[in-house]
Amino acid sequence: MKITDDSPPVLSALDRPNSYIGRSVPRPNLQRLTQGRGQYVSDVTLPRMAQVAFVRSPHAHARIVNIATDAAKKSPGVIAVVTGAELAKVMTPWVGVLTHLKGLKSAPQYPIAVERACWQGEAVCAVVARTRALAEDACELVEVAYEALPAVTDPESALDAKTPVIHAALGDNLCFERKLEVGAVDKAFAESDAVVETTFMFGRHTGVTNEPRSIVADWNPSEQRLTVYQGTQAPHMMQNLFAKHLALEEHQVRVLTKDVGGSFGIKVHTYADEMATVALSKLLKRPVKFVADRIESFVTDIHARDHRIKAKIGVNKDGAITAFEIDDLTGIGPYSVYPRTSGIEANQVVNLTGGPYTCPNYRAQARVVFQNKNVMCQYRAVGHPIAVAVTEGLVELAAAKIGMDPLEFRRRNLIADDAYPCTSAAGLKFEKLSHHESLAHLDSMMNYAGLRAEQKKLRAQSIHRGIGFASFIEVTNPSAAFYGVGGARITSQDGATVKLDAQGMISIHSGVTEQGQGAEAVLAQCVASSFGVSMDKVRVITGDTDNTPYGGGTWASRAAGIGGEAAWQAGKALRGNVLAVAGAMLQTKPEDLDIRNGIVVDKISGTERLGLDELARVAYFRPDTLPPGFQAELMATRHYVPRAWPFAFTNGIQASYLEVDVDTGFVKLLKHWCVEDCGTIINPQLVDEQIRGGVVQGIGAALFEQCLYDERGQMLNGNMADYLVPMAVEMPDIDCGHVVSPTADSELGAKGAGEAGTAGAPACVMNAINDALRPLGAAPLTDMPFTPDKILRALGKV
Amino acid sequence: MSDLALDITLTVNGETVHERVEARKTLVDFLRDDLSLTGSHVGCEHGVCGACTVRVNGEIVRGCLMLAVQCDGATVETIEGLSDSGEVADLQLAFEQRNALQCGYCTPGMVAAAQDLLLQAKQSGGVPSRDEIREHLSGNYCRCTGYHAIVDAVEAVAVARAGGTK
Repeated sequence: MKITDDSPPVLSALDRPNSYIGRSVPRPNLQRLTQGRGQYVSDVTLPRMAQVAFVRSPHAHARIVNIATDAAKKSPGVIAVVTGAELAKVMTPWVGVLTHLKGLKSAPQYPIAVERACWQGEAVCAVVARTRALAEDACELVEVAYEALPAVTDPESALDAKTPVIHAALGDNLCFERKLEVGAVDKAFAESDAVVETTFMFGRHTGVTNEPRSIVADWNPSEQRLTVYQGTQAPHMMQNLFAKHLALEEHQVRVLTKDVGGSFGIKVHTYADEMATVALSKLLKRPVKFVADRIESFVTDIHARDHRIKAKIGVNKDGAITAFEIDDLTGIGPYSVYPRTSGIEANQVVNLTGGPYTCPNYRAQARVVFQNKNVMCQYRAVGHPIAVAVTEGLVELAAAKIGMDPLEFRRRNLIADDAYPCTSAAGLKFEKLSHHESLAHLDSMMNYAGLRAEQKKLRAQSIHRGIGFASFIEVTNPSAAFYGVGGARITSQDGATVKLDAQGMISIHSGVTEQGQGAEAVLAQCVASSFGVSMDKVRVITGDTDNTPYGGGTWASRAAGIGGEAAWQAGKALRGNVLAVAGAMLQTKPEDLDIRNGIVVDKISGTERLGLDELARVAYFRPDTLPPGFQAELMATRHYVPRAWPFAFTNGIQASYLEVDVDTGFVKLLKHWCVEDCGTIINPQLVDEQIRGGVVQGIGAALFEQCLYDERGQMLNGNMADYLVPMAVEMPDIDCGHVVSPTADSELGAKGAGEAGTAGAPACVMNAINDALRPLGAAPLTDMPFTPDKILRALGKV
Repeated sequence: MSDLALDITLTVNGETVHERVEARKTLVDFLRDDLSLTGSHVGCEHGVCGACTVRVNGEIVRGCLMLAVQCDGATVETIEGLSDSGEVADLQLAFEQRNALQCGYCTPGMVAAAQDLLLQAKQSGGVPSRDEIREHLSGNYCRCTGYHAIVDAVEAVAVARAGGTK
């Protein structure tokens, strides 16, 4: 295969001479990573730095009767042994609620458990020592006396009267509940030609970032400043939280984020052990480092997707969907995670189910309950994989029920491409989507008719292949509607500062962060294009709250669409400022000039007039030669936040082609396709790689990944040998295609692309498995992950 | 406990190293903590993820499954050495051009594993198929890319090293 992108370049109205918009330029910062010269937080070492290890509760729920620390304190290299009660004097607890999720409640959570541990793995004592190994040695000498309490583990019985209430002050185990009813649902079901009803189960799984969560906190009492090196997606959010809970001002806190070894939504939350590390640094007046090991990651990184959904679809013989109904139940652990809460995923399931279709009748109920397992919260594509699997699972079951081809069934129900703007049954506002064009593109890209013929031919040879689809919508570019309106200090706007240096080079300081998705490349492309220089003249600085504009960071597929627009506008503003200088120097009207490839030119003729190095030299060192009263401004800042729409929805459709071995239950993935529409494509290669990576995370959910717990709340597979993740050999090649419907909310028109793959992949793998097994009389599989034993059971073989 | 320490002498990236190490210390912790070679990463510490893959006496090993004291007298090569010598420059360039890495945490191990395959392929005189590339890299976990781009990059280098284009 050639090393080129596999998508045609997408030209936009933004094309300026030498524009980088729509070009697959390599990321400018990759060599340090390929050469092992990255700076991950786990690599950071500071003078006087100590390391912390935590004693963690072996019980899912237990009262902490006593903690004996004397022996640990005498262990070699130990600097301090600190309990939750002691650390509570340094840092205040937090409660993960948002006011716009009405009724959502949670209990105060402390950096280290005080009096009670509420899940297996919750930290109950910290040991700080010269090295991590010495800290772990001493952890073994900490004697904790527990009184085991009954563990609430099954969401189904969490609300029963006889079930113990985890937080007595809350009154019950209900964290959040939402009900929605639109149209005439009962009437629609009653009048339908057919109704399909089933229950979907989603395995609790987690992000398994290759670099575990890592933090180095450095409280310097002589400066009264806290510097935190953290692998995080949202440095400004963390700055606020560290300050708030240590009773500091935000300007006393600096959060630095360089390379992050994978995040996917895992690293955008408040973790008790990270907060404890920061508090320990304040307490001990020296740098403290915490790097989670793999088992700590499994029992404390947020989990996601543990949902049980009873679902129902009504359909007429002509294929028209008449109604959707869902009842979602999810257990989110003992606390709603701070500050984004653990109600968002269920809320998203309610919002998104049925989203691609015109069906006006919709009833949904979601209940979010507390339990004594690790916490759940937002992980890549939040709620989408669930809503899409429920919707698309129902769609293909309904199509099969009335004997209609699944693509034809979708053609009859997807919102028409000329129907926008419009609002979904759940109330989502769509600016411009392209379901039908995407479906047509997919149909031809995968040669659907040819694959059906091949499937039929092979079926005669007892080779059982399946084709499955999933149409989807994805929330991107969130406005303040996501968190800000609920009272969380999580900004939805973002900023970029662009500067011309004294040699004519450009630097960009941006509030979004690089998690490996290529944000820095996108920012450089935007500014190089709107200002008018080649990319090698542009340097990008992110991940430093002291030195970047206040911004939200990276989450909800916002970095390119929001951070990119701010950078684009800042580049334009700086071009204006530079041309004002050039106009003064050349005694020409600035509007008759442009900057192209780093040179000031006549806009009409393109004749070169002035190099940026010369312009910068005059502006910085000989401003006395400029006209009286003229002040050069070679730095410009712009901010952007979506205002016209709460979210920029994207859409797309995926397909999976696979083979099921009906003797072993193993699934062999043969090929995967995704056509998606993220508006203006700034870098086709980066978009495709976001799709591919996302698809494989979705495949993991469909086939492998599940955090297994026993009824006592003990996680049974907290290691990478037992918790299976997708590896290269099981994964298919993934073809990507695009439709482009820019958002008019920004000049760039870019929407997000980070989560579409994960949103749709589980559904279409599920549908493909069921397509393969349907002629064999297997009951439809709706309980993810689809492990070989479940497939054999569906076939009646075990 | 940490009572037992031993003196070892080994060659790391061409440099002779004499160190006293705790018997319990893994090779990757030794490389990172004692020699400041932070290019080798720690992902799972139980031999599954491959982020700590380094070369010992010409064979790729998991730095988390080997003790530093086992490397007494050995020749160890990490991503820093492979980079500085230029041995994997074409692989690194292909990874960069094809965006075969996102967060980059798996990349040093992935490059070492890919180079191992390509050295084997050179001996046998063949170009590995995509399936063979996937098989050989199946002990190296990448959460970001979905592997497709990595397979593309390794395949392109395999073809180029065999003197061809594809």
